[in-house]
Amino acid sequence: MRVGLLHSLIRKEEKLLLEAFRQQSVTPIMLDDRKLTFDLESVPDIDIVVERCINHSRAMHGLRLFESLGIRCINSSDVARICGDKILTSLALKEAGLAQPPIRVAFTEDSALIAIEELGYPVVLKPAVGSWGRLLAKVNDRESAEAILEHKTVLGSYHHSIFYIQKYVEKQGRDIRSFVVGNECIAAIYRSSSHWITNTARGAVATGCPVTDEIASLSVAAAHAVGGGVLAIDLFESTEGLLVNEVNYTMEFRNSIDTTGVNIPERVVTYVLEQLK
Amino acid sequence: MSECPVCGAEISLASDTVVGELLECTDCGSELEVTELKPLTLAEAPESEEDWGE
Repeated sequence: MRVGLLHSLIRKEEKLLLEAFRQQSVTPIMLDDRKLTFDLESVPDIDIVVERCINHSRAMHGLRLFESLGIRCINSSDVARICGDKILTSLALKEAGLAQPPIRVAFTEDSALIAIEELGYPVVLKPAVGSWGRLLAKVNDRESAEAILEHKTVLGSYHHSIFYIQKYVEKQGRDIRSFVVGNECIAAIYRSSSHWITNTARGAVATGCPVTDEIASLSVAAAHAVGGGVLAIDLFESTEGLLVNEVNYTMEFRNSIDTTGVNIPERVVTYVLEQLK
Repeated sequence: MSECPVCGAEISLASDTVVGELLECTDCGSELEVTELKPLTLAEAPESEEDWGE
């Protein structure tokens, strides 16, 4: 059984996965995305690739290249492509009929301003590609909107002129991060912060969240909507019920094992090995 | 045993250390990457890039 681990830097999550593989008597073949080259023909001696890149662009293209050689990947390049782009994620959720915060997409400063005012303040401007709560802007009024849109247009790289605008959801200082492996929601945490951004990468505190039937069914449905696999779902508790905010395809879980009591890397590895049967 | 490329502090690593692993210098707090195991070689970890994330 030859498992390739597609990676760049080895963080706590990758170490935990390596250990979980070793517990199953599997020693992954390390595929450092900084050293790989592809000729579109040579097929590496690998049965399955587990993606743990930090760069979205390398993950998406690396997975597609391995898939073109007939190698199964977890997650698939399609899942990476959809989850790595908030516009594509919103489309997938919409097409699956799942609840999400109202959004608008616009391509110019002027049309983005119109879209923001249609949604009503406050809104959140997010880069379509980005993570860890970086470069998010909560926009409370027209003057802020004009300034931020201009800054993004002038100072940002080209994709910052694709404006992803989400209605701000009052979430009472927390959101829910759930973990889906295959067809099961295996665990969930609350991420709490006095800041409106509740990413643990930005200092939010993780505490255990009971996996209710509603959380489980919405999380699994969201995972399936983007193609399924090993996914982390961000949920908002709104006055209208749970909303899917984002779906993450290279999930981080270092703060969620002790918090939930679930051995997340072991569950991931078991799932990966099951795909080879 | 190796030394921090930033502050020169001595750093020893666990036996299960792998190439590419991130660690933090306990003296200066710099984030470091293990670039080789034999001989043990450390470098400053790369800066975060725009498409880094989950």
